[in-house]
Amino acid sequence: MELSGYLPVLLFLGLAALIAAALLAIGTLIGPKRPGADKHAPYECGFVAFEDARMKFDVRYYLMAILFIVFDLEIAFIFPWAVVFRDIGLIGLIEMGMFLLLLVLGFVYVWKKGALEWE
Amino acid sequence: MDQMLSLFNTYTAQFPTIWMAIKIVLLPILPLIIAVAFYTLAERWVIGWMQVRRGPVYIGMGILQPFADTFKLLFKELLIPSKSNLFLFRLAPMLALIPAFSAWAVVPAGEGLVHSDVNAGLLYLLAMTSMGVYGIILAGWASNSKYAFLGAMRAAAQVISYEIAMGFALVGVLIAAGSLNLSEIVRAQSGNLGIGEWFMWPLLPLFVIYLISGVAETNRAPFDVAEGESEIVAGFHVEYSGSAFAIFFLAEYANMILVSFLVPLFFMGGWLSPCPESWGWIGKGGPHWLALKVGIIAFSFLWFRATFPRYRYDQIMRLGWKVFIPITIVWVMVTGVLVYTGALVPNA
Repeated sequence: MELSGYLPVLLFLGLAALIAAALLAIGTLIGPKRPGADKHAPYECGFVAFEDARMKFDVRYYLMAILFIVFDLEIAFIFPWAVVFRDIGLIGLIEMGMFLLLLVLGFVYVWKKGALEWE
Repeated sequence: MDQMLSLFNTYTAQFPTIWMAIKIVLLPILPLIIAVAFYTLAERWVIGWMQVRRGPVYIGMGILQPFADTFKLLFKELLIPSKSNLFLFRLAPMLALIPAFSAWAVVPAGEGLVHSDVNAGLLYLLAMTSMGVYGIILAGWASNSKYAFLGAMRAAAQVISYEIAMGFALVGVLIAAGSLNLSEIVRAQSGNLGIGEWFMWPLLPLFVIYLISGVAETNRAPFDVAEGESEIVAGFHVEYSGSAFAIFFLAEYANMILVSFLVPLFFMGGWLSPCPESWGWIGKGGPHWLALKVGIIAFSFLWFRATFPRYRYDQIMRLGWKVFIPITIVWVMVTGVLVYTGALVPNA
């Protein structure tokens, strides 16, 4: 396993973090600072903010996140299969067909249950 | 001169890591920032042209407009809302920019023109593009503002929904190419037929879905409900001002340019020429071909924005889950059968 190829990746991460931090620092240093209570209040079209913004939110967002984890994991499972697909031939094709069939069954269930509705 | 050159060589040999960092700043990062600046200008000009008005023309005939915008943003006050979470509020723009820039480590600009020619390039790309959602959701939550919170929830759900369709589209590319390395994927699209060898033909539904998902992933029009200015002002970055806003802006446009690179690399033969190799110089691949294809995709991003009205949120979610995911699952199997029967033979 050649790990030295990942050194640029590490440098990229570091440099990107540096640029972002530098931009924030520049903005903080050279921007004017004229604080005021109303100015720092959460923006609500000019009104004084009522209630806290940490409010209840629609459960469907949460549902989306759960479904995403399931499906994204399936994709992560399919990736290695796709790479070596040419070497494993028919067995691989049939097995992936079964795997996807199970996935589709789950998907149909989610669909019929109405988890994908957004009205 | 020779002395300087030898001195230079000794230095670069002595500090290879520092030299590599300089190369990274010089090649993808600085041009990327400049490209973002001019992309915003191009956006205003193109949309102005499509709407029969002039766009920016005053500051240096309009050419200096992006620099004026940059300096304006840098010299503005960086407001931090009193109710916000200080640490997360500052961390969020960084988390948005880091993946937008680091993804470029594995993106090849031509044959051998890549910083990190690793064999898990595509996996790394998928990881980086998934990371982008943290910046959005943290920004929305840390702001402690209702608009920002709503925008963040919408953006996060939308991004992860289209991520699935995108992932399945990439599985199709993987089956066809048989490699996770981006350069290998491009090489698999070379051959005597030129444009006919590109993956966009056998994988046409995946190509279209990947392109549209790319627009949705970057929260661009017509999928920009996350920052729909007519209903929730600016969405997740409504509380950000000055340079913090500039970072979000930079990240969004860097992501758009990244998608404009990835679509040609995965589906349109990357740096390969559309003409057959046997046609002499015009059939030879090179970064100029990639630049042309990137230009076309980047232009279509702007064209979409000028043409399509904004989708409603339930329509976006329906398109992602009920249309794209079933099509991609079916086409992954079709691609498998095509490759198994030998109808689709990549040349590597």
